[in-house]
Amino acid sequence: MHPRRDRILTGFSIIALFAFLYWARGNASEYQVRLMNNCAIFVTLAISYNLINGICGQFSLEPNAFVAIGAYTSALLTMSPAEKQLSFIIEPLIWPLSVISVPFWISLLAAGWVTAFLAFLMGFPVFRVRGDYLAIVTLGFGEVVRVVANNLQSVTNGPLGLKGLAPYTNLWWSFGFMVFSLFFIWRLTHSSFGRAMKAIREDEVAAEAMGIRSFRYKMMAFTISGFFEGVAGGLLAHLITTISPTLFTFFLTFNLLIIVVVGGLGSITGSVISSVLFVIGGEVLRAVEEPFSIGSFRVPGVPGMRMVVFSLILIAVMIFARKGIMGRGELSWERLLHFLRAWR
Amino acid sequence: MVAFFSAEHLTMRFDGLTALDDFSLELKEGDLVGLIGPNGAGKTTAFNLITGNLHPTLGSVFFQGKEITGLKPNRIARRGIARTFQNIRLFQDLPVIENVMISYHGRLRSSFLDAVLRTPLYNREERGMREGAFSLLEKVRLSEAANDKAGSLSYGQQRRLEIARALATNPRLLLLDEPAAGMNPQETRELMDFILRVKGDFGLTVLLIEHDMRVVMGICQRIKVLDYGAAIAEGTPQEIQNDPKVITAYLGEADLA
Repeated sequence: MHPRRDRILTGFSIIALFAFLYWARGNASEYQVRLMNNCAIFVTLAISYNLINGICGQFSLEPNAFVAIGAYTSALLTMSPAEKQLSFIIEPLIWPLSVISVPFWISLLAAGWVTAFLAFLMGFPVFRVRGDYLAIVTLGFGEVVRVVANNLQSVTNGPLGLKGLAPYTNLWWSFGFMVFSLFFIWRLTHSSFGRAMKAIREDEVAAEAMGIRSFRYKMMAFTISGFFEGVAGGLLAHLITTISPTLFTFFLTFNLLIIVVVGGLGSITGSVISSVLFVIGGEVLRAVEEPFSIGSFRVPGVPGMRMVVFSLILIAVMIFARKGIMGRGELSWERLLHFLRAWR
Repeated sequence: MVAFFSAEHLTMRFDGLTALDDFSLELKEGDLVGLIGPNGAGKTTAFNLITGNLHPTLGSVFFQGKEITGLKPNRIARRGIARTFQNIRLFQDLPVIENVMISYHGRLRSSFLDAVLRTPLYNREERGMREGAFSLLEKVRLSEAANDKAGSLSYGQQRRLEIARALATNPRLLLLDEPAAGMNPQETRELMDFILRVKGDFGLTVLLIEHDMRVVMGICQRIKVLDYGAAIAEGTPQEIQNDPKVITAYLGEADLA
């Protein structure tokens, strides 16, 4: 245990990361920058999803709802009144949303707080049930949010979605917020509150008998996870600049679930590694969809082949590393240095 | 003068089955009372009713002059009633020391923001929890395994860890559900000494369920016997050993026909 050394190493890595981002801003291609932004946002989403699913052990399926709420909140707040008037052609946007326009950072904060508040409200019915029932109830909420987004024409512009958002999200925003959420969730997990959440995961009856208010800590994990996912949703909206209900289907939750399970449910560093592999891997695997030839035999490109290969990789991970890449452990400097020394 | 602890007319029905029928028990501070009876007599049901894991169909529970019937288990735990479980329920995947530290969480004054920011208050409390947990582990001779996973401990060690974890909640009343189950005679003897020592050190009142008659007869001041959900006898170990109803419950009626 070398807390001081670890802190210095972490500090240096963060400085190195931002130095790299500074360099990347001028030198990386637009495509590479986009990928990096995606990585940062997915890391944020995965670690916050992991808080409720992996740390607190409450298997829930709602992140698409949280991301959607955050994305819409933030987008509606940054669009100028003129843009809103142009976009909402079927039904006009309700007052006061129609006249509000705030700076990006305020819209992100609002996205976080609105999502956290709705998560808090959602928590009351949701945590009356456990296990499989919890999964189904949260899945239902995810669908409800998507259906509302599709039909609440005067707020969300329905299936048309919101287009032409300003591309505010850059590397500083996405990585800055990623580092903040890593810091927050890491510190929370490695505190007495994190222990209480893990106790609930391990055995809720025993945790209650030891004086742990299980409902309260489930709510806490859910609400905090809602806050971070909401802000990440706002970042996502201003990265892709167009949002519509089809973006926030169960598929998004499903991808995040794959990320946290492959990374290791309950492992923060596992979620980070797995998110990066997921985003980068998804792009690398595009190669398998290109037409290629073996000798004189020509294979035409198959769209969707990527997902087939992806599934095979997933199956392999689940066979050979059933608890995911990191299990419940964390990648520490101790382990990393040990590993490097062994290599020399 | 109100009783330290009293359960009054507790009745628990699951649909048609009456698991516990009109169970009453009064404890004075410092008592060490045993609850015995054949399998399925309702002993664990009585524990679950006292600790809030089940809500009684009828009856009420009073502790230190206040009614605690129907409160959530975590509230009852924070009021000062701790328990162990018949089938050990540790936080298997967490280190031994954290299992004990979790019991201190209910008394934490820091908010979660204090915890994230690691404010002086939080750091002090965290240190206090760790030190307290460690000294409890020393008492149950588990301090050397402090950083091992709870699930990797031997059976006897797990039982001791469960007691340490219950003690960390700072209870006034300790409920032990078959603490000697699965222990060999040597371990059982140690456990009896341990219970008596802990009871003295912490000024506890103890109610224990136990099948091992050496334990019950050896350390309990009073014994209550349950059979088919109903209390059939109560008295000193001596009285219980000679009570014909108890002998019948355990050994069956002599066939006189």
